[in-house]
Amino acid sequence: MKMAGKTAGSTRSAGVQVTFLHRLVLYVMLLAMVSLVRAAVPVPDIPLPQDAKQCVQPKSIMRREHFNFLYHQRDETMRRGIRTKRYSLVNCVSCHAQKDAKQQYIPINEKGQFCSSCHEYTAVKIDCFECHATVPVSKSAGQ
Amino acid sequence: MTTIVYMPLKEKQLGFYLILAAFGVLVLVGLLAAWYMESNGHYVTGMNNQVVWGLPHVFAIFLIVAASGALNTASIASVFRKTVYKPLARYSALMAITLLIGGLTVLVLDLGRPDRLIIAMTHYNFTSIFAWNIILYTGLILVAVIYLWTMLEARMAGYNHQAGMAAFIWRIVLTTGTGSIFGFIIARSAFDAAILAPMFVVMSLGFGTACNLIGMLTLFPWNNRPLGEDLVHRFRKNLGIFVATNLYFVAVYHLTNLYFRNHQEAEQFILFTGNIYSTLFWIGQVIVGGFIPLMLLFVEPFRRSRGSLLLASFLVILGGLAQLYVLIIGGQAYPMPLFPGMEILSSGFYDGQIAQYVPSLPEALLGISGFALTIVLTLVVLRVLPMLPQALIDQKQTSARHG
Amino acid sequence: MKETHYSSQQQSSPPQTDLSKRKWIGGAAALVALSPGLRLVELAAAKPNDQPASSAVRWGMLVDTERCTDSCTACVDACQLENGWGKGSTDESRSRATQKAHWIRKVKLRDRETGKTHILPLFCQHCENPPCVDVCPTGASFKRADGIVLVDKHICIGCRYCMMACPYKARSFIHEALHDQRVLVPRGKGTVESCTFCVQRVDRGEQPACVEACAKLGNKALTFGDLSDPESAIAKQRTEVTSRAIRADLALNPRVRYQGI
Repeated sequence: MKMAGKTAGSTRSAGVQVTFLHRLVLYVMLLAMVSLVRAAVPVPDIPLPQDAKQCVQPKSIMRREHFNFLYHQRDETMRRGIRTKRYSLVNCVSCHAQKDAKQQYIPINEKGQFCSSCHEYTAVKIDCFECHATVPVSKSAGQ
Repeated sequence: MTTIVYMPLKEKQLGFYLILAAFGVLVLVGLLAAWYMESNGHYVTGMNNQVVWGLPHVFAIFLIVAASGALNTASIASVFRKTVYKPLARYSALMAITLLIGGLTVLVLDLGRPDRLIIAMTHYNFTSIFAWNIILYTGLILVAVIYLWTMLEARMAGYNHQAGMAAFIWRIVLTTGTGSIFGFIIARSAFDAAILAPMFVVMSLGFGTACNLIGMLTLFPWNNRPLGEDLVHRFRKNLGIFVATNLYFVAVYHLTNLYFRNHQEAEQFILFTGNIYSTLFWIGQVIVGGFIPLMLLFVEPFRRSRGSLLLASFLVILGGLAQLYVLIIGGQAYPMPLFPGMEILSSGFYDGQIAQYVPSLPEALLGISGFALTIVLTLVVLRVLPMLPQALIDQKQTSARHG
Repeated sequence: MKETHYSSQQQSSPPQTDLSKRKWIGGAAALVALSPGLRLVELAAAKPNDQPASSAVRWGMLVDTERCTDSCTACVDACQLENGWGKGSTDESRSRATQKAHWIRKVKLRDRETGKTHILPLFCQHCENPPCVDVCPTGASFKRADGIVLVDKHICIGCRYCMMACPYKARSFIHEALHDQRVLVPRGKGTVESCTFCVQRVDRGEQPACVEACAKLGNKALTFGDLSDPESAIAKQRTEVTSRAIRADLALNPRVRYQGI
């Protein structure tokens, strides 16, 4: 094994001399990467309903548990026919759906709307609205 | 008794990688087709609300049934103790696994919601033969891997007979289950028949042996490995017996159905109407998949030629695909007997009408990619692991019996 | 119209469950349960929201094919409007005609021997022994406690085996992405669906849309009700008229029976 002379402030590892300069470059690169990542994806600005004062549960609980409420409720409703409103997806949509300038409901799964603003940020794909209505009132609802 | 030496595939580097790349491209194209079908929805396919299972299912079920039969060679060696087949047991188990993976891939990718595969594997309705099949299919891969382990690992060799027996029983149950997917359906005249389960077992023997033969008759010469005539001749006879037995089961099935007055119209539709189904039945299944291979296998001078054997194997596969097309798609095309004795004058949902089905390109590409995936996986494993005997020379030194 | 009624109801009351309304409905249900002769409408009263469907109830339908006419499509139109398929939605524009969903259709028959014609609507028969439930690998196709056969689209993998197995060809597969679903009737690409006996209406104490439309606009050919209740109109009618199930030889005991064929 070759014994090269050691320069001050460096370590040897598997034959490569890591100097202070190497470390500085590495830290600068890491800092740049982290800043870029943070800059690229902004924390979502969640549109909130105008009229309802509070959600069915406090925000801190909903953030962590909303999917569990929905999973439980969907089986209750689907398999047993229990149609309590509190945790039903229809209820969520009816409050959280936004209206556009013409007072028409915007589909809740569109970009920037309530669900996708967080779900895109967290990269958690949801498929609720492949089947469920995205607005509280269907456009084609008959008389 | 000569010791059999197993060696991975070697030589002909460029040819090997070119062929692997070509089939790899076919696999990729199939995956693209599946993505296209899933993201757009099945409206891009030829399947509809009348013919709900189409070309992908024909290919998938062929591959799954062939997988079960491909294991037969190993079963004969380990379970029935015909040691002359033993050298091919590893290859046989490998083909079973790769054919099964190819078939399952096609089946799963055609689902309406293939992203819910985890749900399919965690939610079971045990009255459903389909649910049982999911367990049987994944289980066979596991059992075949364990079986391979008893062959590849010298310390496990003592368990070879038990592993072989387990694999044998498992695959018979699996093929019975696959046939019962159709046999358990009371709704349609073509399906509700208990004979479909054993018929699928017999089909599997023919299809699997044909697939194994195609592999053997191409891989051994390609790698300059001798393949003795004695063994080849045994395979020739086996394939012939399996093809003939399949024809027997098909005959019994159709004759019985023709005898039932209430199934007669459905049978006449399949057999005598001159449409795609009767064409595929008589020309594809019976002649190309039955009589021509039998001639190639048993009639002089074809029965001495390996080229004929290879051709016969390909024709058996084509005939098998035709057989499944007639069964699965033909069985859906003929209208259900909703009102016996009545004629349906009009319906808002095509009741009483022959259903139309035209296979689409994405479906065909997906189906073909199942075969391509099997070939890619087989070649890769054969390249890496010692699965194929270096030489299979006849044991007898005297002039070979013609049998 | 029902949709706007629902959403305005939502916006006026807070998201929490309205306890006072629950008590009223619970009380009404108790009153009805105690006095079987006392009925507000022809049907059983609305099931309370927080109560599960019960096997004490067996929903069924009786179709009088002699009243059904060729030119009338009230049941089909009403189903489309209520559940958001066919003409009731802007969806399924890319699917071919053979790929579009059908929950109910009119069928016209003629007896080959006698020449007598019949007209009838055909839809999910809500069998007591449903083959679609037997064959579903994940259990998505299921029978609710009150007998209504449904597809749980949360776990449907779209294998279409139930469509193969249904002796009435009642099920449809969705061949493209949908955007125009009814609020109370979720349906989506890659899953299978069929008539639900308008479960969203039945749970509110209403009749299925087809039955209501047939009564108001059609020929009063459809009767819906609780087969377990001997006082219900359908149970009484079934003891008086000859009715049979389609494909009765399959022994599925469908809850939908037809008179006149």
